[in-house]
Amino acid sequence: MSWSIGKNIIRKDAVEKVTGTAKYTADAPTSNMYHVKLVISQHAHAKLKAVNVARAWDVSGVRAILLGQSSLPLTGDEVKDRPILAFDRVRYFGEPIAAVVADEPFQAKKAAELIEVIYEPLPVVQSPKEALQRDAVLLHENLASYDKVQYVYPEKGSNVANRVKIRKGTIEQALLESDVVIEENFSLSPSDHTAMETRCVIAEVKQDGFVHFTSTTQAPYRIKEQMSNYFNIDEGKIIVNAPYVGGGFGGKVALHLELIAYLATVAVGGKQVKLHYTREEDMVTAPGRIGLEATIKLAATKDGKITGAKLLYLFDTGAYSDKGTMISKAAAATCTGPYQIDNIWCDSLAVYTNHPYATAYRGFSHSELLFAFERAMDILARKLGMDPLELRKKNAILPGQTTPTQVPLNSSTVGDLPRCINKLKELMNWQEGTVIPIDDEKVRVKGISCSWKTSTIGPSASSGVALLFNPDGSINVLSGIVEIGMGAKTILAQLLAEKLKMDIQKIHVHMEVNTQTTPEHYKTAASRGTLMAGRALVKAADDAIRQLKQIAAQVLICSPDDLDVGYEKVYVREEPDAFVEVKDICYGYKYPNGYAIGGQIIGKGTYTLRHLTNLDRHTGIGKTGPEYTIGAQGVEVEFNTKDFTYKILKAYSVIDAGKVLNPQTAIGQIMGGMSMGLNHASSETFVFNDEGIVQNPRFRTYGPFRYGNHPDYIVHFLENPHIDGPFGARGVGESGLIGMPAALANSLSVASRVELNRLPLTPEFIWHEKKAGNNDDLV
Amino acid sequence: MVKNEVTLHVNGETRSLYIRNAETLLYTLREKLGLTGAKPGCLNGDCGACTVEVNGAAIKSCIMLTIEAANQQITTVEGLQDAPIQTQFVEKFAFQCGYCTPGFIMNCNTLIEKYPEANETVIKKWLESNICRCTGYKEIEDAVKAVLTSNQADSSV
Repeated sequence: MSWSIGKNIIRKDAVEKVTGTAKYTADAPTSNMYHVKLVISQHAHAKLKAVNVARAWDVSGVRAILLGQSSLPLTGDEVKDRPILAFDRVRYFGEPIAAVVADEPFQAKKAAELIEVIYEPLPVVQSPKEALQRDAVLLHENLASYDKVQYVYPEKGSNVANRVKIRKGTIEQALLESDVVIEENFSLSPSDHTAMETRCVIAEVKQDGFVHFTSTTQAPYRIKEQMSNYFNIDEGKIIVNAPYVGGGFGGKVALHLELIAYLATVAVGGKQVKLHYTREEDMVTAPGRIGLEATIKLAATKDGKITGAKLLYLFDTGAYSDKGTMISKAAAATCTGPYQIDNIWCDSLAVYTNHPYATAYRGFSHSELLFAFERAMDILARKLGMDPLELRKKNAILPGQTTPTQVPLNSSTVGDLPRCINKLKELMNWQEGTVIPIDDEKVRVKGISCSWKTSTIGPSASSGVALLFNPDGSINVLSGIVEIGMGAKTILAQLLAEKLKMDIQKIHVHMEVNTQTTPEHYKTAASRGTLMAGRALVKAADDAIRQLKQIAAQVLICSPDDLDVGYEKVYVREEPDAFVEVKDICYGYKYPNGYAIGGQIIGKGTYTLRHLTNLDRHTGIGKTGPEYTIGAQGVEVEFNTKDFTYKILKAYSVIDAGKVLNPQTAIGQIMGGMSMGLNHASSETFVFNDEGIVQNPRFRTYGPFRYGNHPDYIVHFLENPHIDGPFGARGVGESGLIGMPAALANSLSVASRVELNRLPLTPEFIWHEKKAGNNDDLV
Repeated sequence: MVKNEVTLHVNGETRSLYIRNAETLLYTLREKLGLTGAKPGCLNGDCGACTVEVNGAAIKSCIMLTIEAANQQITTVEGLQDAPIQTQFVEKFAFQCGYCTPGFIMNCNTLIEKYPEANETVIKKWLESNICRCTGYKEIEDAVKAVLTSNQADSSV
């Protein structure tokens, strides 16, 4: 019987969030700050002929105007290709060109509007395929000379920022020997995270030389590390605060505003400056979601065993690589979806274009590659005349088999896909059929997909937790996880309550992260909070238990081995009536005569990901992440066959979660992910004009779901434990999302009887494809 | 910079302050009064994160000038005291990152006050003016319906 795990414990941030007292970066009082406003590029690709700032200085309150210059460092996580402020040339619409620092926001804005930029437009590259053509304009002529990390491979004289190869088995032979082959192209354009909180940073250099940031970040410790590298500041002298973050979805992993804000504060003698993006800047200037062009070729026997996959993933990383190179790697590592295929050839590329640049997005390549791959699975099933669920079940990856990067799997690392498929089949009433007529115009139609996800973060990423006891026996939990919405810090409290069998109300979780005083958590990303911080917490709890037993043993005059900790007591296991209360020993113990022993109990624990490697350059052999979260998902849609409009009625997820730690939180993560995946699949995208200008960088034209767009959600968890995870849990933060685009596209392809291979799936797009497919005029 | 004095009635208090004529109510609440519950999300009325009550109506404070709100009764999320919708947001897990939450709560609260009998259509019409990117809206639906149902049960006794 569990104490706290598996229960719907109310979130620790609940009261602050429903009363409006939760503080986010932009909520800090600004009376003592200057404000920064950017001038951003109005062209997707142009030479900067001149930037005239004279008139801007006439605005009262202007303190500094910053322009890009070649002496400033180039930046980037894997390839240092991005100037902090553009100079000589702009490569995407929205790129920062200048920054004005002024007393008041309206003064900074007014001055920024008076800065005149003279452009000389250059040809615009709008897709990876275009960028790979022999005569394509190069985004980065100096690509080969940029600093980069070792395991990323930009290709000289091209627009290729990275190429990852997977070579397993012999693909050409598999294609020759197969009964059935399909080959299809798929694509989706870049888009954006649009977290409700736009990015904001406050920066200051104090008189003692310490540099302070408060930022809307998922990666405060990486800000510290990277700012130290770029500007040669001692890492210990950089302090980053991360208060509550109003949604991240990967977008706040990137170092972006902090670089500009640092230059701005230095320009005004270290005084506090605030840079707060508008929605439009947040969408186009800050990095967004990656686009993809994919070609999938599958070979199978006539009874549906897939024998080979030849895959080309061309990721549109936009003007700069940021996380694009790692996204191409993550896609390569799991390129086939959750299937056992003996012969795999995959090239996964990050390609420069003149689009806004890409960073991590919830799923980190998986929703994109699964859209392509899982669409291909349905197309293959149709060609084979096979039920799409049966095809997936027949090829489902199982314990004992190996991944595309040749990592052997077991039931702990991979979970149980066939059972997920069986459960989905039952929940969706699959035997009823997949197309059910409603009336002359409408049909109810079903579509499915399967998914898997592991993380691709630094091979040595680690997390630490400190537990500080209070004299009343309550405990303060310190963890470097940023509370971006997923409730991870409540999960940590639950894990601790479980370990100590204590009242969760006496566990106080510190929500804000301060890199000077909070143990490091590598990045709040990749669904790695529960595994990494959870394991660190369990270790810290064990450390505290050891200390409590040690001091209690002296009080109870016994061996620590004979003691247990629980119910806010340390007691003799065999005789629970012999005990000492935790509150009487957690600050040391005082004997009646006044002697004292021990001191405050401080539990500590760290966890580092184990046995991860880089991928071999030629074969892709290697291990990028610990465990896989696997799932089967589906949708049920009401589709109008006359005008191609549709309503999503139901959305299903069956996820092998390992162990559900807080059901309501887990379901919330899955439902939120499903909503985001369906939203992306049906309406979200950047719309570019011929010049590469984003036409819809605001909510009213971008198309976010609103209340009432949501379907009924049906969420079911399997619990095959990941034995390395805390209490067996797997990461589930991304699993709701990643199969949804394919499931929706599969259902609408069945409904419309045309293969829909591009996102988003607007009625107009379906109409267009029908028209092309039928070769007649539908209107 | 020309500033004028205005009097605002916020959360039961009367406050006099000097503002620029171009100042939005959202800016004044956040920057002058420290009431940061209302959030900027778009600054053009698209997202509802800045929703407050003005004379009992749900208003997007990013598109109302402060001078328009002079002498009106303003309630922000900080002015609610254990409102049923707050309790239900907690119990139904109707928030994740929490950024859209104050705006949603203010909009729901006004809906509940004005339309205690609200049906699906009315609820949808009201709540589609706000955006949440974390939840799939289901938990918010559960929270608002829980309050409406409970109020309807109470009034039928």
